[in-house]
Amino acid sequence: MARPGAWGMRLLAGLLLVGLAGCGSGPSPDVATPRTDEFVFGLLMVGPANDRGWSQAHFEAGQYVEKNVSGTRMVYVDKVNPADRPGTTPAQLANDLLDRGARLIIFNSDDMKDGALEFARAHPDIPIIHISGDNAWPKGRDFARLPNLANVMGRMEHGAAMAGFVAAMTTRTGRIGYLGPLINDETRRLAAATYLGARHAWTQVLKRDPGQLRFKVSWIGFWFNVPGVTADPTQVADGFFSSGFDVIVSGIDTTEALAEAKKFSTPDKPAWAIPYDYVNACAEAEGNCLGVPYYNWGPAYVQHVEAVRAGTWQPSFQWLDPDWSDINNPDRSAVGFQKGAALPPAAAQELDAFIGALAGGLNLWTGPLRYQDGTVFLKPGETATDTQVWYLPQLLQGMTGQSVSNQ
Amino acid sequence: MIRARVLCQQAGRQAGGVILALLAASGLLLLAGASPVEVFRQIGLGAFGSVTRLADVLVVWGPLALVTAGLLVTFAAGLWNIGIEGQIVMGAIGVTGSLRLLQDAPLPAWAVLSVALAAGMMAGAAWAMLSGLLKTVGGVNEIFGGLGLNFIASALILWLIFGPWKRPGIGSMSGTEPFPDSLWLPALAGTRLSFWSVALGLAAVGAVALLLSRTVLGLRLKAVGRNFRAAYLLGVPAWRHLLLAFGLCGALAGVAGFVQVTAVYHRLIPSISSGYGFLGLMVALIIRCRAAWVAPVAVFFAAITIGGIQLPIALQLDSSLSGVLQGLLVLGVLFSDGLRHRAAARP
Repeated sequence: MARPGAWGMRLLAGLLLVGLAGCGSGPSPDVATPRTDEFVFGLLMVGPANDRGWSQAHFEAGQYVEKNVSGTRMVYVDKVNPADRPGTTPAQLANDLLDRGARLIIFNSDDMKDGALEFARAHPDIPIIHISGDNAWPKGRDFARLPNLANVMGRMEHGAAMAGFVAAMTTRTGRIGYLGPLINDETRRLAAATYLGARHAWTQVLKRDPGQLRFKVSWIGFWFNVPGVTADPTQVADGFFSSGFDVIVSGIDTTEALAEAKKFSTPDKPAWAIPYDYVNACAEAEGNCLGVPYYNWGPAYVQHVEAVRAGTWQPSFQWLDPDWSDINNPDRSAVGFQKGAALPPAAAQELDAFIGALAGGLNLWTGPLRYQDGTVFLKPGETATDTQVWYLPQLLQGMTGQSVSNQ
Repeated sequence: MIRARVLCQQAGRQAGGVILALLAASGLLLLAGASPVEVFRQIGLGAFGSVTRLADVLVVWGPLALVTAGLLVTFAAGLWNIGIEGQIVMGAIGVTGSLRLLQDAPLPAWAVLSVALAAGMMAGAAWAMLSGLLKTVGGVNEIFGGLGLNFIASALILWLIFGPWKRPGIGSMSGTEPFPDSLWLPALAGTRLSFWSVALGLAAVGAVALLLSRTVLGLRLKAVGRNFRAAYLLGVPAWRHLLLAFGLCGALAGVAGFVQVTAVYHRLIPSISSGYGFLGLMVALIIRCRAAWVAPVAVFFAAITIGGIQLPIALQLDSSLSGVLQGLLVLGVLFSDGLRHRAAARP
């Protein structure tokens, strides 16, 4: 055993080094101290900034703000989840961004709901955007009436319906797998919207028997793979392709489904996937990608940043539609659908017609619709309200898979 | 003079281990295209740059000190308690279970929290003693037994969070429903730090230091650790002491679980241990089980953990580099020790 004196020296050396590091000449101006004319905004991302999915879409939206609103700078932390950053909380990391000069903080995940509320209450003078949350929605169940909290979400129900549509138009086996993340209101309604799009294509365009369409949902337990904690999305995707499913629609933040489609695809038995979230997600395997429904957060971010700068910012709840005149307009549309290289031309044509119908008022959330357990959701001709869609309590009849965990 | 010179020589050799580790870390950082000086400066600023950050360091320090204190007991008894992670998890499960049971009962918050603390300690101790029983009854090495029990604890917490304890209508690893504010350990104003977390950590370190240096029980534990058979032949009930060491360590791990649930996350999450069990093992290794050094070295490791968060914010570097730094420090010191012992053993 070493003597305490020796250990004291050892510790001293270490502490001295870190202490010296901490007692340097202060933070460099370009890193920590905002210029007086500079507007710094902070972004907390649940996954890696380069996940080709949800978090990258937000990260690039932040870059869009920097590019389009002069004098702005983004500070960010990615992988904000307890598995990747043990011992930390979103509110704590938001404090770090505040220390870096941020005057607007964006929490980008439903998983940060508790942290966003905690931080909003502790910092009533800092505007906060909680993406995908509902605490700023006066009609919502969890309305919190906070003076500094806004929610922003895209109406991805449209994008999900487009994904379901092209999946049904393309499948040869009539089996569509849905690779779901965790189970909550948001993910249930997006899985259901995908099914509605698929059912519409199957019955209204292809004129086939709805009983022959199999739509199965498998949840992994989180937005992306956390080894040892979630189900492995690669294995879940393999399971789909191995059991006769030839199209997977992904609802998770990463692109495992697409990678597995490429692996399983053969000339005799092609396999396709539809990733989610990020406009360039198909790049992982262009030849197997039917398209991607994606979020375009940039315009909404710009609007909030400019409002905070102008002193006109107000709490709000935004559930943003696509710009139906051009759903892929990067400066106007909150939700888009990028067609994939593997999408058959005929299906692409039908998709354009479908998008036109949606723009013209086609509402897939129209009865008769039943919940998964057979109870009535919407009577014939009845359309769902926003709250009925947002808080969808179950999957729909015709879908297989869990509506809530471990039932 | 001679003693001073020997001490200086030892200090030089030990500091060599730290310097070696820092050089290796610097080399890695340079390979990653980062300036080592800037990285160390950001870690320092991130840990000690403000009162809030210092408080965050102490948020980590509390459970880390508790776990390390517990590990000193098992190390003293010659045991590698790798199952410490599972013991924290089981402690947290015990705490959550009792809070769920009592949160609506007409009891004051302090009473509910006290019961939860006791439940956490018992659950952690029971899980640790299972490792002990596997060793004493089944002859299963505690390293393998502990690893297996860690896996079982992980599976159990996932099952609870996705199953019986799930949030209504939700199936997510984001955890159980948060407990009401009244069941949170109170935090110091403007910080996330609970006085009780630090107090429990200090009390545990102090108690273990006294136990190992001033009591007959501590002496017996060390005797068992040094030479199990000799201790047994001299009348020390060795197996019973092994189980006791496991139980004490597990109880302190359970307290760490209590702190994580009631002072940090306010709910149960799958990674409730935050890896502090393994971090505690590193601290115990680097201080060679000297209780007096638990507090400062745990501060050092907690500072690297918290300071490392600045790496992605300020330098766009992955904060897991701080974990690399911690690992290199341990390896550097152990390597230096190994060289020293080898040199001393040469004729």
